[in-house]
Amino acid sequence: MALDDRKSEFTFVGTRPNRPDGLDKVTGRAKFGADITAPGMLHGAILRSPHAHAQIIKIDTSKAEAHKDVKAVVTRADFADVPFKPGLEGEFWNVLENVMAGEKALYDGHAVAAVAATSALAARDALKLIEVEYEVLPHVTDVDKAMAPDAPVIREGAADYSVPDGMHPNVVRYHESGHGDVEAGFAEADLVIEDSFVTEATHQGYIEPHACLGMLGNDGKGELWCTTQGHWIAQKTCAALLGIETSQLRVTASEIGGGFGGKTTVFIEPVSLALSRKANRPVKIVMTRSEVFRATGPTASASMDIKVGMKKDGTISAAQGVFRLQGGAFPGAPGDMTAMCAFAPYNLTNVKQIGYDVMANRPKQAAYRAPGAPMGAFAVESVIDELCKKLGLDPVDVRLKNAAHEGTKASYGPTYERIGLVETLEAAKAHPHYSAPLKPGQGRGVSCGFWFNHGGETSVSLAMSEDGSAQLMVGTPDIGGSRASMALMAAEVLGIPYENIRVTIADTATLGYNDVSHGSRVTYASGLATIKAAKHAVEKLCERAAAKWGIPVEAVKWEDGCAVPSGPNAGDFDPLALSDITADMGRTGGPISGHFEATPEGAGVSFGTHIVDAEVDPETGKTSVTRYTVIQDAGKAIHPTYVEGQFQGGAAQGIGWALNEEYIYGEDGRLQNSIFLDYRIPVASDLPMIDTVIVEVPNPGHPFGVRGVGETGIVPPLAAIANAVSNAAGVRMKQLPMSPPRILAALKDNG
Amino acid sequence: MVEVHLWSGLRSLTGGQQVVGVEAKTTGELLQALVAAHPQLQAPIDAGVSIAVDGRVIATGLTEPIPEGSEIYLMQRLRGG
Repeated sequence: MALDDRKSEFTFVGTRPNRPDGLDKVTGRAKFGADITAPGMLHGAILRSPHAHAQIIKIDTSKAEAHKDVKAVVTRADFADVPFKPGLEGEFWNVLENVMAGEKALYDGHAVAAVAATSALAARDALKLIEVEYEVLPHVTDVDKAMAPDAPVIREGAADYSVPDGMHPNVVRYHESGHGDVEAGFAEADLVIEDSFVTEATHQGYIEPHACLGMLGNDGKGELWCTTQGHWIAQKTCAALLGIETSQLRVTASEIGGGFGGKTTVFIEPVSLALSRKANRPVKIVMTRSEVFRATGPTASASMDIKVGMKKDGTISAAQGVFRLQGGAFPGAPGDMTAMCAFAPYNLTNVKQIGYDVMANRPKQAAYRAPGAPMGAFAVESVIDELCKKLGLDPVDVRLKNAAHEGTKASYGPTYERIGLVETLEAAKAHPHYSAPLKPGQGRGVSCGFWFNHGGETSVSLAMSEDGSAQLMVGTPDIGGSRASMALMAAEVLGIPYENIRVTIADTATLGYNDVSHGSRVTYASGLATIKAAKHAVEKLCERAAAKWGIPVEAVKWEDGCAVPSGPNAGDFDPLALSDITADMGRTGGPISGHFEATPEGAGVSFGTHIVDAEVDPETGKTSVTRYTVIQDAGKAIHPTYVEGQFQGGAAQGIGWALNEEYIYGEDGRLQNSIFLDYRIPVASDLPMIDTVIVEVPNPGHPFGVRGVGETGIVPPLAAIANAVSNAAGVRMKQLPMSPPRILAALKDNG
Repeated sequence: MVEVHLWSGLRSLTGGQQVVGVEAKTTGELLQALVAAHPQLQAPIDAGVSIAVDGRVIATGLTEPIPEGSEIYLMQRLRGG
């Protein structure tokens, strides 16, 4: 999208007004997924497999159906399993298979049947009346074991065109890219380090569990309320899975208590609609935390081999990585993204990256902020840190020496446009944190991180009111403060106060299609669409002013919320305020609105650099993060407080991923830690104040220069923390999480 | 004529070629021309690709212009969280 109207001076953008959803949220007035009720509502509950891998021989639902409180029971037979419209295949089929098991239960927690009853308790009790006969099959949950020749096959024929001959059927996609000659590059190096790294699966850990209320009649018309990052994809997917027309299902997104990528697909929503269709009553389903852990998310686990060669002056002469990602019992682990992102911060002559997507008997992985990138950065940046240490070089200087910049050929192929990595590294070097003395027992780590960002289908509508206020309707659920940033961008164009603009997340029946709130796209794409929609409205406001003045519209311009003559030759008229024009808009041509629908394609990539200080207790193995600084290029921070919040949130989640969070499976393939007591996310007392520095290198693809900031912030933390911990402990940590037992074992091995 | 750089994993589908020359004015025409030149590329294109035009990543759009002589890289479809 060519932009000839770039703006760099702002009135509203860059200020920090109060959030529009603040009062609703602190008073409990905000309606989240579970906060909805409907007359005649039933409660749904889902029966889940206790086995990691099992053939479903028979499901007998007769006793449950006979129970007086049970109004409907569904199994896979109640979904659209035959080709419908373009055909239920590809990802739709995978989602259906995940939502309700077909012939096999593929992981511990896989849904096999569901009931709707008159109370939540009755529904849960009724699950015990469903009899399922299983034939337990051998299972595998580890990525390396899942690739081994003797691994049980999850599903024959799931591999696509890309997988080389001879690989195990659990390897379903393969990616290879790079440029130059890595072997020649390694030969030029003064030091080559080759090492292997492992990360466990972690959950996005949103505090609000999945919840929905579905209503679907036998006429194929339905309503769905749910907590989601994308209600249009929920609409499209549910319609396909239930065999109804997309437009007949109206989906409304609730307030959302966190998503981080994990609410970009559906789990319980089609089940609620299927139960509703059978019972002819609304059905509400709310997951327990244990269900959230066992059957949604998590991110992929990874096993990685890295080889990097460096010259004595710090120049990286070659880099190579093999990234094996396990994404549960379905294709989709982002091994390709890990591979493409891993070396992206660096200007490399010789680079090669290979990514594998591997299936295992675990829940279907879901996106989690910059999916695939954090684990790759952990492995690569650990090796770079070790090279710096062995060659006696400063880690920021080495990164600056090799940093990608405008004109660099990216490790994934193309030439970078204007990017801001160097600026983040220079800010890191200049930051007081980087030169602050460390106490005995402390270590410091740094890391860079990269993420692509995304545009996506976007529709926005803006309607003026007679009093001069404006209603803005966007279709991207507000997961990071987007209502505030949209209002600021609209205020900037219209020239009216932020407080005079109300932003609503429209439902699927009242606005055109919108892609999910993912890929750090909302402030970029919905923001771009908001600016364009506001400009569309301004054009109409200028037309009305021109008509009032009796001059051509070309002779009118818009300044500070008023129509004014564009120059001395246009005539002598007093400025006409927006509210003066809207006051009689019904009699001067009708309502004034602005619209914009497009797929913006200029998201612009993003980089960050993190500095971490950590302290390791050699007796207990416990790590404390004592200081943390996030530096990231935001392009242009629309609402800086929210941008800082995104930076801090990425660091906080990264601290959890690096130090404590992990999916722990028993020998039986069952998840051992499916509650927050056993799966330990960081709490406030685990975190230091996280300092932030917003770097602003404008994105050439956005009218105000915005780059997405939602995901890049979680890319550097695993590596930066691992480098800090390794430097504090005096031993290289190669496996996440760096929980106390692992630290103690590493210290013991190191003598 | 523009040169389309493929990721190296696609060489097995193009007889070892990593750069394919095609006539195309838009991203959509470019994908059609790639399949015409190498029919086996249909599978990766169906699986989802993005196209980088002079460094700008076009995630999905088929109507984006391809200026003569621009740098073109075929990339796997980007996914976000």
